[in-house]
Amino acid sequence: MKKLLQEFSKGVFAENPTFRLALGLCPTLAVSTSVINGFGMGVAATFVIVGSNVIVSAIRNLIPGKIRIPCFIVIIATFVTIVELMMKAYFPVLSNSLGIFVPLIVVNCIVLGRAEAFASRHGMVKSVFDGLGMGVGFTIALVIISSIRELLGNGTVLGLIVAKGFEPALLFILAPGALLIIGLLIGLVNYVSER
Amino acid sequence: MLNKDITVSSAPHIRSGMKTRKIMYIVICSLLPAGMAGVYIFGLSSLKVILISIIACVLSEVIFLMLRNKDPKTVLDGSAILTGLLLAYNLPPEVPFWIPIVGGVVSIMLGKQIFGGLGHNIFNPALVGRAFLQISWPVYMTTWKNPRWALDAVSSATPLAREGSKSFTYMDLFLGNHGGCIGEVCVALLLVGAAILLFTNIISFHIPASFIGTVMFLIWVFGGKGFFRGDFMFHLLAGGLVLGAFFMATDYVTRPLTKKGKIIFGIGCGVLTVVIRLKGSYPEGVSYAILFMNAVVPLIDRYTKTKVYGT
Repeated sequence: MKKLLQEFSKGVFAENPTFRLALGLCPTLAVSTSVINGFGMGVAATFVIVGSNVIVSAIRNLIPGKIRIPCFIVIIATFVTIVELMMKAYFPVLSNSLGIFVPLIVVNCIVLGRAEAFASRHGMVKSVFDGLGMGVGFTIALVIISSIRELLGNGTVLGLIVAKGFEPALLFILAPGALLIIGLLIGLVNYVSER
Repeated sequence: MLNKDITVSSAPHIRSGMKTRKIMYIVICSLLPAGMAGVYIFGLSSLKVILISIIACVLSEVIFLMLRNKDPKTVLDGSAILTGLLLAYNLPPEVPFWIPIVGGVVSIMLGKQIFGGLGHNIFNPALVGRAFLQISWPVYMTTWKNPRWALDAVSSATPLAREGSKSFTYMDLFLGNHGGCIGEVCVALLLVGAAILLFTNIISFHIPASFIGTVMFLIWVFGGKGFFRGDFMFHLLAGGLVLGAFFMATDYVTRPLTKKGKIIFGIGCGVLTVVIRLKGSYPEGVSYAILFMNAVVPLIDRYTKTKVYGT
């Protein structure tokens, strides 16, 4: 049990996909304009990571080594399609604002990275916890980044106006703001973890 | 880890009369006439902007030096004052008081200290601050004011932004009798400052000459209706070309080292400026052109490296 918890917590802290591994930066840059978007993206990605980890780890001995990547992609694409259709049916607003970035989870490096580096070498239970940890770590990172960007760039948190008279800096909603915030946060995380 | 007792000051370390501090203060002095002209043209509100900007830069420099365990006395090298001055020269005269504060903090923090302080920054700090402000609060950054003796003294566009709707004489543009940023309007006094820098050998003519030459040539060719009919004098005198070419593109830290490199750098700045001015959505492109070329300076330096004798 303790080992399983370790697999979970490493994804949140020591190997946080965004801040420590710097994986999946493309969706991070693109969708972290508001907390809702960031959270939605995080949950969707978590579902895909856990699902693909389970299947990949279950059939890891059946997949020939030379064509493992296409096999992983097919498995991942299956789960992404499930997420995409579910989101369109139950959260159409979120689905609209995330747009192309939901189908693009297929090529998210975190998902493929976990399938290749972890799930294809470990058992199913471990892979579930690994996927959960990575997904939660990704979601936490997205929520942190998107809340800073939404607060500074739009003057709101979760769509609520925080302070009247505050003139939001458009830069943080645009691409340069995303790069700045991610860079500063990675610097901060490195600084803290070095102590 | 860093030793707290030893502070290595910025280059140059060669013993000569020209110290970083002396160079910085000469540049500041050479910028002062144009600033005074700006204050005279737009009124005391622009003096307020200049002072707030300098104070914000100096204070954030001190704070970040202390956070980085460096000697806060390094602030006396004048580079923070120069950054503040240049930032203010790039702002419209009547921005809210917090614009130069935010700009100063961003310039020093994101433009300079985060890279390791003076001598390590990739981009010109003042222009980083300006770009940040320009993207974040475009309305304030493009609300210009006419000279205080003008009839419609409320707000106006720069000559570049409303080309054709009202004609300025070259003399108006040369002396600064039009709306614009605080430091860029009076080309005459900017040239006086530039002459000081050239004669004291603080800057060489390579970057300004190739920068301005490229802009004028390309505007002459492509700037008008049909080829070879562009109004190059207008584009030289309106906007921030003179300020940018003499005072910001020549920043010691962010320009190439060799003569050949400087000329490539100047031509690149010129081409980008013309492209942004004629084709881009912003009326003015000098600051973005310089920032972009700052980013490729390491590349320019690599390909224009002087050959070691005998190899």
